[in-house]
Amino acid sequence: MIKVEGLVKSFGRQQVLRGIDLEMPTGSITVIIGRSGGGKSVFLKHLIGLLRPDAGRVLVDGAQITDLRGRALDEIRRRYGVVFQGGALFDSMTCVDNVAFPLREKLRLPRAEVAKRVEAALAQVGLEGVGGKYPAEISGGMRKRVAIARALVIEPEIIFFDEPTTGLDPILVNTIHRLIQDLHQRFRFTAVMVSHEIPEIFEIADRVAMLHEGRIVEVGPPAAIQESETRVVRQFIRGEPDLAEVS
Amino acid sequence: MTEPALPLTLRPLEALGRHALDVVDALGRFGAFLVEALAALLTPPFKLWAFLSRIVFVGYRSLLIIILTGAFTGMVLGLQIFLTLSRFGSEAFLGPAVALSLIRELGPVLAALMITGRAGSALTAELGIMRISEQIDALTVMALNPMRYLVAPAVLAGVVTFPLMTAIFDVVGIFGGYVVGVELLGLSQGTYFGEMQTFVDMTDIMLGFWKSVSFGVIVTWVCTYKGFNVGHGAEGVARATTQAVVLSSVLILVWDYFFGSVWK
Repeated sequence: MIKVEGLVKSFGRQQVLRGIDLEMPTGSITVIIGRSGGGKSVFLKHLIGLLRPDAGRVLVDGAQITDLRGRALDEIRRRYGVVFQGGALFDSMTCVDNVAFPLREKLRLPRAEVAKRVEAALAQVGLEGVGGKYPAEISGGMRKRVAIARALVIEPEIIFFDEPTTGLDPILVNTIHRLIQDLHQRFRFTAVMVSHEIPEIFEIADRVAMLHEGRIVEVGPPAAIQESETRVVRQFIRGEPDLAEVS
Repeated sequence: MTEPALPLTLRPLEALGRHALDVVDALGRFGAFLVEALAALLTPPFKLWAFLSRIVFVGYRSLLIIILTGAFTGMVLGLQIFLTLSRFGSEAFLGPAVALSLIRELGPVLAALMITGRAGSALTAELGIMRISEQIDALTVMALNPMRYLVAPAVLAGVVTFPLMTAIFDVVGIFGGYVVGVELLGLSQGTYFGEMQTFVDMTDIMLGFWKSVSFGVIVTWVCTYKGFNVGHGAEGVARATTQAVVLSSVLILVWDYFFGSVWK
């Protein structure tokens, strides 16, 4: 289980996270929703150890990662797979090499084993035959799928998705969501996803947490969130315009 | 929580203090960056393929510009020094004058400036784009040290290629001086090379060598640091690239002076 307690983070004078408490159970898909600029990506970066909080802590199966550095932190990260917002594929490598990279460098598997697992990972995301292309030569949706294949290929226990469907058309959004759902059912990893995709995420999430102005304002199963009486949650889910911002 | 505002009269002092702290902080991070890179370099595993590709990137692809600038620098030196020496009837010293200027000073400095413009700027831009597109973060979360993959090979490639490029610059420059002094202005070939052997010794060559090694470290250190700590978006990459080239060039010239003052 990933447990976050009292997480606070400021950049200069701007406080982005104002004391977040959240639990993400093992084997579940937890989706963090919230308005743009609300601190969702900053929150995710704390979970993967790319940012350190000003206060509070992040516990992964009881191990406090906020105080870890170097090899100790790397040991925790070895259990992670991360799908970044833009894919973060290495643009100097082909798709095959991108997917193979963590196997070669992180797990140091023999060449034949790498080839087998890369082929399987690309097949899982429906991308057989594009492996020889560079990220710049494929579409945005394909890039996201290659990024998912790269995250999955090491069979991580925990996968973080940072807005995996941003900028994609509705068909691709559903394709990627279904892919995540299928893979989750098969591998039972713990998933933490930051997303804006309402109402699609309610189909795949086990738990949904709404982050607003640096705080978790509501957390629960999708049905409970959809029927929430909290004003900001209702407004976000229904996409109601903020009249104060319009005027 | 906001801090209480200081009286108006003390605010310039506060700003000065804040700026001084920022400078110290930045220098600390700059130094720590090199230490981290060296630590990555000295601990296994060594990334041979990344190192070789950086050799190609920093060295091989700078070869043409090094040969071109080396040739014309030598030709300009040959012409100007010949015209100056002929006023004193000392044209015989053209060879050593060209060689010493190139080996001790102009070779290391100009080669370093050329590589900074060609490869250093590209290095910063490449790492900057990797930073803003989260490729460096991707390496980090894979538990793979980006310093080992991206910075250490570049610094080592700088240490290896800068002296080689400088040597090529010097040789081509001396040949450029020969073309002007001997082929165009009529100095004898024996005088040009013979006097060079008399006046140029190993100390001069080692001075140029160590200068170029240190420039290799400076340029790759500055350029990778700026690429790693890029701001936001395309503008951030553009600014970091400009800063990397300007800072590297200034440091080359400043370091050249102090190095030359200490090692005479």
